[in-house]
Amino acid sequence: MFYRETGQFKTTYQADQAVFPIRQDRIGIAIILLLAFAGVPLLASEFAISSFFIPVLVFSLAAIGLNLLTGYTGLLSLGTGAFMGVGAYGGYKLATWFPDVNILIPILASGFVSAAVGVVFGLPSLRIKGFYLAVATLAAQFFLSWCFVRIPWLVNYNISGAIEVPTRTLFGIPITGPNATATTRYLVTLSIVVLMTWLASNLVRGRIGRTWMAVRDMDLAAELIGIRLYRTKLLSFAVSSYFCGVAGAMMVFLWFGSSEADTFSINQSFFILFMVVIGGLGSLVGSFFGAIFILGTPIVLRALPGLFGLSIPAATVEHLTFMVLGALIIFFLIVEPHGLARLWQIGKQKLRVWPFPY
Amino acid sequence: MHVKHLALGAIVAAGFAATVMATKAEAQETIYVPLMTYRTGPFAGSGTPIANGMHDYLSMLNERDGGIGGVKLAIEECETGYDTKKGLECYEQVKGKHPVLTNPWSTGITLGLIPKASVDKIPILSMAYGLSASAVGNDFPWVFNPPATYWDGLSMIFRYIGGKEGGLDKLKGKTIGFIFFDGGYGREPIPLLEQYAKDYGFEVKLYPVPAAEMQNQSGLWLNVRRDRPAWMVMWGWGAMNPTAVKEAARINFPMDKFVSIWWGSGEDDARPAGAEAKGFTALNFSAVGANFPAIQDIVKTVVDKGKSQTPKEKVGESHYNKGVYNSVMIAESIRNAQKLTGKKIVTGEDVRRGLETMNITAARWKELGLPEFGSPLAVSCADHNGHQAAYVMQWDGAKWSKVSDWISPMKEKVTPLLDAAAADYVSKNQPWPKRTEPCDKAS
Repeated sequence: MFYRETGQFKTTYQADQAVFPIRQDRIGIAIILLLAFAGVPLLASEFAISSFFIPVLVFSLAAIGLNLLTGYTGLLSLGTGAFMGVGAYGGYKLATWFPDVNILIPILASGFVSAAVGVVFGLPSLRIKGFYLAVATLAAQFFLSWCFVRIPWLVNYNISGAIEVPTRTLFGIPITGPNATATTRYLVTLSIVVLMTWLASNLVRGRIGRTWMAVRDMDLAAELIGIRLYRTKLLSFAVSSYFCGVAGAMMVFLWFGSSEADTFSINQSFFILFMVVIGGLGSLVGSFFGAIFILGTPIVLRALPGLFGLSIPAATVEHLTFMVLGALIIFFLIVEPHGLARLWQIGKQKLRVWPFPY
Repeated sequence: MHVKHLALGAIVAAGFAATVMATKAEAQETIYVPLMTYRTGPFAGSGTPIANGMHDYLSMLNERDGGIGGVKLAIEECETGYDTKKGLECYEQVKGKHPVLTNPWSTGITLGLIPKASVDKIPILSMAYGLSASAVGNDFPWVFNPPATYWDGLSMIFRYIGGKEGGLDKLKGKTIGFIFFDGGYGREPIPLLEQYAKDYGFEVKLYPVPAAEMQNQSGLWLNVRRDRPAWMVMWGWGAMNPTAVKEAARINFPMDKFVSIWWGSGEDDARPAGAEAKGFTALNFSAVGANFPAIQDIVKTVVDKGKSQTPKEKVGESHYNKGVYNSVMIAESIRNAQKLTGKKIVTGEDVRRGLETMNITAARWKELGLPEFGSPLAVSCADHNGHQAAYVMQWDGAKWSKVSDWISPMKEKVTPLLDAAAADYVSKNQPWPKRTEPCDKAS
């Protein structure tokens, strides 16, 4: 009843090809953006912003990065954590080399370092696919993790082996370092994520995205219709790594404030892969759903016992959280193997025909 | 589908609202002491006894004395799993409840919190871990890492080795192996180790153990067998320690030539290898055993009453007592803060002053019901570490026994390294706040 596009006539090709062709969707996205830009900073507590909203945004961007590669191009990668690490260390080096440059530039440029590394480790994808490629990217993960620990140059010869983010300002307001408030860091993160999501959505709808999907669906057929495989696959690796790299840099600069090599371990890669699988392969909104689900559920589960006045030791809660989250993941995958994004789509379809389903 | 999402959103919102409300409801007549602990994850083996010790000593103060200075302590554990992300989440969670200090219990979390401490006015107590350079109080007024830094630890191990060899010059031409957790923690002693190698003319062999390979060290120990080091020094944590001890026993490495830093001094590090581990030595700064009046009070008022997660037979073990040591420092700093300010309910700023004037003499240890539990501990404005003495203990197949006197660190070697590291940290993290906090006279 409320969600129906009856009467919305598209008279131009532009209108037909818009990101959100239906008016209700446009209103919806405007409300979400308004809530994200104004509602959250005004209403949410500092804890909620720094422990939920910022992580969700950072991981959403990383999940979009992996989704471009795995969901859209069909190349399975287990090196996401390492590519995020390259972005983080690259951003750190750039920020310390050019201390006077606006901090947003190193954060966004760090992705290019990551993209270059991604292309190198994407080379095996020209010869192998599927699980074999996963193993090759696993090598990237281990090799890069090894570099983060073993190359002191990356951390500017810090004895602690960690990178620490200095305070940097934008228009006189600190946006990184200990003096930056959670709200400022959140707004900067949000702006970058919105911008890059918009970029990604246009990318996957255009020529490049279509070639990626053609390669995903059947690479032989794609080659026959004139798509150059090596370019397409390497471009996918580059763009995916760029997104992951920026996410990694944001993770260190706008969220943690410091980081050890251990942060970008294989666990991180799996974490993001889970988000993509649960959210929905080949869906940008799914990346957000996945990140919200995987990060939000433990927080809710941890708060639940206190809500009912139960006092359960912190460690037991942690064990319970692990089990419940695992069960929920399996439940959602049984209910809808195509992820939360598909559930969302089905829901939208149901709403369109409601109250007269056929 | 909207309904489902709305419901999910409502649950999330309700969760947050509850957290906020719980924060507000927190009564102000207690002193809030959050404990960041880890009883889960790959490091739980080392983390659980420490968590128990910290928790039990503070609970004992609540039960026996009604808290500190008549004010009850609100003790709350937050599970970090030794994970930086979760640790920072814990910090954000407890920050609103006005904690008087934080114990991050992980190098990664400590590094993340150091810049925040001065902004949020919450001091950090990182007991013999974290950033060694934070011992320099003039640069890090909000961070404390007593009783000794890793460099102190290494110098004490070398004093011990020197004693056994009949002088450190006797090491000339020999090989010393250094097996370490491949991360910031394990790499920190390397500069001093290399300096020693130059000074005394021995060769250093490094054996890094990556986090993922902690329980798979057989290849590494084959190299040890080939290199035949005269001594092995270990900087390990969690599952790495028992694995190393077992592997060393398997290649018949002389166990009395295998020395670990204090984080490898747990019973559970040596016990899995059983009698094979006989002779394994470790540095420690707190006594082992339950034979102290205060620990007996813990058993009586906390463990026997079922108010603790500690199995009774584990009370007084090596890592458990380190947890107790940590809590003694917390309690002493709160007491000092109360004395300095005359207030009953102290804040993070007061406890920072309390930490800075901490002075636990041998007589004070006795008064606390812990005679000879640790060497006298004194912290000052300039020195937030104390560089206190430690001792070496040896595994006899079933328990640890003390085999050396208190050994003091080689301050003359450690201090220049600390000053250089602190200056380096400050220069890399410009603008770093200048110390503005005035210095108190010791109470």
